[in-house]
Amino acid sequence: MKKEVLYTIPSLYRDDFRIQGYRFGSGQKALCVVGSLRGNEYQQIYTCSKLVKQLRQLEESGNLCEGKEILVIPSLNPGSMNIGKRFWPTDNTDINRMFPGYALGETTQRIAAGVFRIISEYQNGIQFASFYMPGKFCPHVRIMKTGYENVEKARQFGLPYIVLKVPRPYDTTTLNYNWQIWETDAFSLYGTTTERIDEESAQELVEAILRFLRANGIVKQEGNATMQGQRGKQDAEENDVRQNNVPDSHVLADRELVSVRPRYSGIFRGKIQVGERVKAGQLLAEILDACEGECLETLRAPVDGVVFFEHDNPMVYANTAAIKLLP
Amino acid sequence: MISVASVSLPVNETLEIKKNRFCPADGGNGRRISIVTGIHGDELEGQLVCYEVAKRIRENPEKLRGTVDLYPALNPLGIDSITRGIPGFDLDMNRIFPGVPDGSLTEYLATRIVEDLVGSDLCLDIHASNIYLTELPQIRINELHRKKLVPLAMEANVDFVWVHGANTVLESTLAYSMNTLGVPTLVVEMGVGMRLTPAYGMQLADGIFHLMKKLRIWDGEDIAVRTPIVSMEADEVSYLNAAVSGIFLKKKEHGCMVRKEEEVGAILNPFTGEVLEKVCAPHDGLLFTIREYPVVDEGSLMARILKREVEES
Repeated sequence: MKKEVLYTIPSLYRDDFRIQGYRFGSGQKALCVVGSLRGNEYQQIYTCSKLVKQLRQLEESGNLCEGKEILVIPSLNPGSMNIGKRFWPTDNTDINRMFPGYALGETTQRIAAGVFRIISEYQNGIQFASFYMPGKFCPHVRIMKTGYENVEKARQFGLPYIVLKVPRPYDTTTLNYNWQIWETDAFSLYGTTTERIDEESAQELVEAILRFLRANGIVKQEGNATMQGQRGKQDAEENDVRQNNVPDSHVLADRELVSVRPRYSGIFRGKIQVGERVKAGQLLAEILDACEGECLETLRAPVDGVVFFEHDNPMVYANTAAIKLLP
Repeated sequence: MISVASVSLPVNETLEIKKNRFCPADGGNGRRISIVTGIHGDELEGQLVCYEVAKRIRENPEKLRGTVDLYPALNPLGIDSITRGIPGFDLDMNRIFPGVPDGSLTEYLATRIVEDLVGSDLCLDIHASNIYLTELPQIRINELHRKKLVPLAMEANVDFVWVHGANTVLESTLAYSMNTLGVPTLVVEMGVGMRLTPAYGMQLADGIFHLMKKLRIWDGEDIAVRTPIVSMEADEVSYLNAAVSGIFLKKKEHGCMVRKEEEVGAILNPFTGEVLEKVCAPHDGLLFTIREYPVVDEGSLMARILKREVEES
């Protein structure tokens, strides 16, 4: 493992802003993994840290394939994370709306450009992403439908779902979109949470990346991918992978998801879990009057399906997609 | 007051976007102008413009021939909480248009605003740069809409009309949506965030009454307007970004002409008393943007200069 500073901005009063990367192996630039782009993406940096630890062990035990290089960047925005702010400390801009960046532009455009120059050289790109609404997701791979998307490769993660998203104008400046335009096979991996640590979800995404690495000849098939905890499940999965039994993924377009929206704002009490299969008419959540506790509204499943997304803030606004079902 | 969109919030409050409509008692001639502002909750210069337009109409209601709709607060929660975006969502409201009716709360609001503005003969969307930069009164036009909009912008009493390149991201703005729907919409940038510049408020109000006269909405005495400088070429504008982090001190005011290599500001180091960077004009021209907020990171924008010859004095 080689630790190196990929981008620096000297500061007058704070410590210098430094983006740190971890390189494993050498040779063909096979995979780049980006953790948190925003200061509140704690689960994303945590998942990345677990991946760094795992890759270090694999490298030390000689289980990385010769001639392949992996770069992991746990945080592209440590300056915001250190002060509990989501976006750039001084001007509140979002680095994930600045790609491919501009080296002579404003600060976050420069950061995007400085990093993109390095990470656009990789054949595969993975970002641990988060959603702008607070909520829990079914673990999935999300890909922008740019015409360059590689759905077959996305199956190698073995995650239950692959979501194809038609980009809207503001998506054209995201990392995932620009990686694809610059000919990197790009995948956004969504775990359950963002601002809270979910151990199981982090582990699931690390395992998905290891499956992807083996399928692409970056990590040796017979590698000793010892994970912490969940030994039995892991062994079974490794056996599956050795026999090329990667779990199949359901591919869907984001518009296939059925949104369930409350008519009232109030306290949100979810009655289901993400990933649960529900029947049409089943109670999904209650919206309560915030002062009197009376139930203003019950949200029920309009169709049979799997709970793909669930709002997880105490309060919910009217007309906001609180639950998304996959029919 | 007319409600444009309304949504209940969780605890004893309704979020309502309102407009005030002025029209003659007989309903008027059907012509309509809409003045909108406050999409960004920290940009307040449009508040004075709305006030001034309303005040002048109240003083001479008999001169009104058509309809004037004033929307001073498209993002009322943002204005009230000194927040640029939509509080609670951390979203830039000017990146969600035209919205979707069954989308999130924010997208629903965007859809209702667009629906309400449709039918206007002209719309002005008044911005105030941001809290970092001060701007000379100007109208910014996407080159895709330049044919229709430049002639209108010439009559708005601004100092500068800037036709800029098309950009996919800007397709999510209110102005882009309205222009695409056939409502000519001018984006005004002037002054600075979180402050009022009274002279600019009066200047734009004069421009609006001149435009209203042209559109046969107002029958008062015409007000002469200034002829703006127009820039149509992308390479005419230079951006001066900070080479180092530090404290920026402006040495020139926005709106002045500067000569090549003239100092427009400096980046200082308060620890040592050193000048870290002298910020100089790369060419002669009009300094139409200058940084107001002193703290700069490497890359922070400090000034914009439009290339123009400076006459010998």
